[in-house]
Amino acid sequence: MGLTMFTNLLSLVIWAPIVAGLLVLATGGDQRAGLARWVALVGSVASFLLSLPLYTSFTDLHGGMQFEEMRPWIEALNINYHLGVDGISMLFVVLNSFTTVLVVLAGWQVIEKRVAQYMAAFLIMSGLINGAFAALDAILFYVFFEAMLIPMYLIIGVWGGPRRVYASIKFFLYTLLGSLLMLVAFIYLSRQTGSFEIASFHDARLAMNVQVMVFIAFFLSFAVKVPMWPVHTWLPDAHVEAPTGGSMVLAAITLKIGAYGFLRFALPIVPDACHYFAPAMVALSLVAVVYIGLVALVQTDMKKLVAYSSISHMGFVTLGMFMFSGTQLNAWAVEGALIQMVSHGFVSAAMFMCIGVMYDRVHSRNIADYGGVANKMPIFASFMMLFSMANAGLPATSGFVGEGMVVLGAVQVNFWYAFLAATTLIFGAAYTLWMYKRVLFGEVANSHVADMKDVNKREFLILAILALMVLGMGLYPQAFISKMHFSVNDLIAHVAQSKLVDH
Amino acid sequence: MDMKSLYLLIALAPLAGSIIAGLFGWAIGRRAAHVVTITGVAVSAVLSIKVLLGFLSGNAEVFNGPVYTWLTVAGQTYSVGFLVDSLTAMMLVVVTSVSLMVHIYTIGYMHEDPGYQRFFSYISLFTFSMLMLVMSNNFIQLFFGWEAVGLVSYLLIGFWFKRSTAVFANLKAFLVNRVGDFGFILGIGLVLAYFGGSLNYTDVFAAAPALASKTIEIIPGHSWSLMTVTCILLFIGAMGKSAQFPLHVWLPDSMEGPTPISALIHAATMVTAGIFMVSRMSPLFELSDTALNVVMVAGSITALFMGFLGIVQNDIKRVVAYSTLSQLGYMTVALGASAYSVAMFHVMTHAFFKALLFLGAGSVIMGMHHDQDMRNMGGLRKYMPITWITSLLGSLALIGTPFFAGFYSKDSIIEAVLASHLPASGFASFALLAGVFVTAFYSFRMYFLVFHGKERWMEKGHHDHGHDDHDHHHGLGPNDTPHESPWVVTLPLVMLAIPSVLVGFFAIEPLLYGHFFKDVIFVDALRHPVMHELAEEFHGPVAMALHSLTTAPLWLALSGVALAWFFYMKAPHIPAAIKQRCAPVHSLLENKYYLDEIYFAVFAKGSRALGTFFWKIGDMLLIDGLLVNGTARLVGAFAGVVRKLQTGFIYTYAATMVLGVLALVSYWILPLVLH
Repeated sequence: MGLTMFTNLLSLVIWAPIVAGLLVLATGGDQRAGLARWVALVGSVASFLLSLPLYTSFTDLHGGMQFEEMRPWIEALNINYHLGVDGISMLFVVLNSFTTVLVVLAGWQVIEKRVAQYMAAFLIMSGLINGAFAALDAILFYVFFEAMLIPMYLIIGVWGGPRRVYASIKFFLYTLLGSLLMLVAFIYLSRQTGSFEIASFHDARLAMNVQVMVFIAFFLSFAVKVPMWPVHTWLPDAHVEAPTGGSMVLAAITLKIGAYGFLRFALPIVPDACHYFAPAMVALSLVAVVYIGLVALVQTDMKKLVAYSSISHMGFVTLGMFMFSGTQLNAWAVEGALIQMVSHGFVSAAMFMCIGVMYDRVHSRNIADYGGVANKMPIFASFMMLFSMANAGLPATSGFVGEGMVVLGAVQVNFWYAFLAATTLIFGAAYTLWMYKRVLFGEVANSHVADMKDVNKREFLILAILALMVLGMGLYPQAFISKMHFSVNDLIAHVAQSKLVDH
Repeated sequence: MDMKSLYLLIALAPLAGSIIAGLFGWAIGRRAAHVVTITGVAVSAVLSIKVLLGFLSGNAEVFNGPVYTWLTVAGQTYSVGFLVDSLTAMMLVVVTSVSLMVHIYTIGYMHEDPGYQRFFSYISLFTFSMLMLVMSNNFIQLFFGWEAVGLVSYLLIGFWFKRSTAVFANLKAFLVNRVGDFGFILGIGLVLAYFGGSLNYTDVFAAAPALASKTIEIIPGHSWSLMTVTCILLFIGAMGKSAQFPLHVWLPDSMEGPTPISALIHAATMVTAGIFMVSRMSPLFELSDTALNVVMVAGSITALFMGFLGIVQNDIKRVVAYSTLSQLGYMTVALGASAYSVAMFHVMTHAFFKALLFLGAGSVIMGMHHDQDMRNMGGLRKYMPITWITSLLGSLALIGTPFFAGFYSKDSIIEAVLASHLPASGFASFALLAGVFVTAFYSFRMYFLVFHGKERWMEKGHHDHGHDDHDHHHGLGPNDTPHESPWVVTLPLVMLAIPSVLVGFFAIEPLLYGHFFKDVIFVDALRHPVMHELAEEFHGPVAMALHSLTTAPLWLALSGVALAWFFYMKAPHIPAAIKQRCAPVHSLLENKYYLDEIYFAVFAKGSRALGTFFWKIGDMLLIDGLLVNGTARLVGAFAGVVRKLQTGFIYTYAATMVLGVLALVSYWILPLVLH
């Protein structure tokens, strides 16, 4: 029985939340909101439990894809429903399923209108995201990649703040624009290789000018998602308008798909172009770390501040992925980038959750509207201190592991890369803790703060789970990193091989 | 019990206490919270003493082993692990014993505070972090401990988080420390990149000699010694944590925290982490004279110029804080002179007498009903005899009175720097000798102002009071009398006074001239023969004390005390007159050389201005305004133009078509024709 289950495990992990989402939709209008919530919770928990064997049964004894599934889909074009995960993508499928549970809980009382639709959007999006991470066929990936835009667009557009229409359209157009070029690149590559198998793209030999074109196409679609400077301005707007759950998924998962795209497509398919463009990628990443770090410092809106801090932290991800010594990627930097992706999933979700908790009580995101919250919400203040410290990269929290590894890897490549990246130790602490000081410390600032009640059981549960993950990953990152070694080593070896056609 | 379990227990016992008091303090109550944390620290202290006795008797073996694998990268394993040798053993005892005293003292000092359990949880967490720092056998765990003590320091400086000064001070402390950590992590990065890929001390130290003459090009075209760059970067970390100029600015402000933690964290233990780290890294620093010179210069500047600031303070805690800065400068100078063992010796003696002075100050503050201004004190010796005697002993130890603990360590530092041949040693010698006078002067200025003379609170009544409290009744009224503190406060004073007097006499010979630090601290005796020269002149602690009668430091200290007596007991109008005559100098000192203002204007305001510029100009105007929304507008405008073409009249379409065909044909034909 276990065997048959395992052969279709990835399909289950993709389709279970989507089916659950449809069931939630079927509960109907808001008169049955309670039922919708419970169906959504059961569905998300079940999906998460289904995803756990991916981690526990994943063998870290060899590289390559595991849990593979292969069915023909559009035979005329040689497009297959081909799924599988390696040590890199597996972590994100589990992380995504995990985040979905928290998001359902986060919206439990806060969302009062169109509850079923809200919950369904998240569940369906969760399945689509799992699909994007598990797809081994380029068209399948593309379909999932584009389809997940729709629920997020709806979440921002329907349940968002006052400027939700501007934000959701900006989000949609920005991300759509880039990905169209990716489709063109996929079609070109399939003409060269005869299939849409990502693995066959990896083996295709490509001339330099072709690689440059393909890289640009990939860059435009993935850089927007990450987002890298200067195509980042959609993110603060999207976050500010999105409901708490939307921000959590956006920061924790959707951004990771951009970075994942660089790893799965750009680096192995066009390694020579990646090597050629690496200085530019490093430069953009460092701009993200330093420039965005400074921009975060002067934000007056808490959500914008955390959104900018997200961009700055994602700068470490792209920095780590393009850290070449010669043609060899640096192992510290690449693994650091991956750890940073997972860690940022926990920390940014937690930060947005914390802001959501305060927003639900005071209905303001302005730092100036707060002050002395710690007097009224001591338990909350302790949680937020932990997450703020993680955001500032304190050792023993997950926030340090990824950034530290990227910095340590960068020193091996170029001292000044590390020098600029390490400024995050100062700026990251400055913008996070200065916000914390103005919001949580001090005397109770006004009557709204005076009325604040400490976290309820539901909020406590979400924050406690995230706190355990943040601390656990900081104290024992080996649990995550041991799974990815083979995949990373294979990637590094693959990227080191030039793909230029011999002329 | 095997050694690994023993060391684990030493580290984890305070952590367990901290977790229980922190997470369940609301349920178990105040008494249980202090019982459980004190038990945890006491267990650590007892076991630490056992470990130290083992090393003193020569029976103990160095322990160096992993606890668990933290991560593996590129085939290398990086573990959390312990290195326990004599250096660690000494730090274990210093940390746990001072921590234990401070825990007990806190029962009295904080007993009215609503955050009682939280406070105990924090100080136990600090003890755990500090133990992880000193027991580490690798750089990553060192960095963990390094930042963890910084975190707890941050939490404790801001313990009274309602006070704006406290939460300003703790943010400042964290950020300044982060500047140091910035250098520190880059130094660790260089170690990882060039020393063979391991971050274990033993591997790194084994690889170091072969790299002594290796150069790297940080700036293309300029070859710098790898060892110098690495050591200076690591030392920048030490400058942050051990508050060396120019990263010292956070320490005086850290006095916003409750007094027990000023004693534990900001005097006895955390701030000496930098000294400990450099001593631990002696195999690296010994390979770079440039780095040693930098260390020595930073230490000398701190030792002298921070001492000056102690003279003009009126807040009792701030005097002790500047004294700590100055003493940390002394230790740093000793490091620069390759006298690592002397620096560690001073770390130990200073931990006892400075913790004593801080806790004594705290006891005075309690007696004064949370007034910290020395101008309101005076004559307290009658009312607080135990505090008076122990504070006097602490002050005598601090200024280097013969036979007291501070004498042996401080005089050894001065002798070491006099024996050093580094270029910086000339300036350092001057700074340290002048510093002896300054130290004696400000210490006894404080002593006389607090314990002798008129009972000034009776004259002034309710004055602008200090702020070591959160409630609203501060200071003594004209008719109040101060009371001696309860036994939980005075017992730690007595317990700390004992080593403040005695430990130097007994420890100098084994620590500096015996085998205690052999094989632990590495000194290149050929190039830096300082310790050998000291050893030749050393003829036992009694001879050293007697010999001091003929040397400058003792007389400088005595004249400092005499001057303090004259100014503040005999002729109090003189300092006031000097203050008036030398107003510019006084305001320079009063404003701490204006460094805070400069830093705030340049760094805090500068980065905010830069951030605003990037945000408003870069993000909002250029990227969003011009490119993103500009594109949207462009598309809109273009569509507007195109719409005008859709006239619906057949002749416009026909004309457009003809024009188009003409254009295409010319595009294809023209090149052929022109050829």
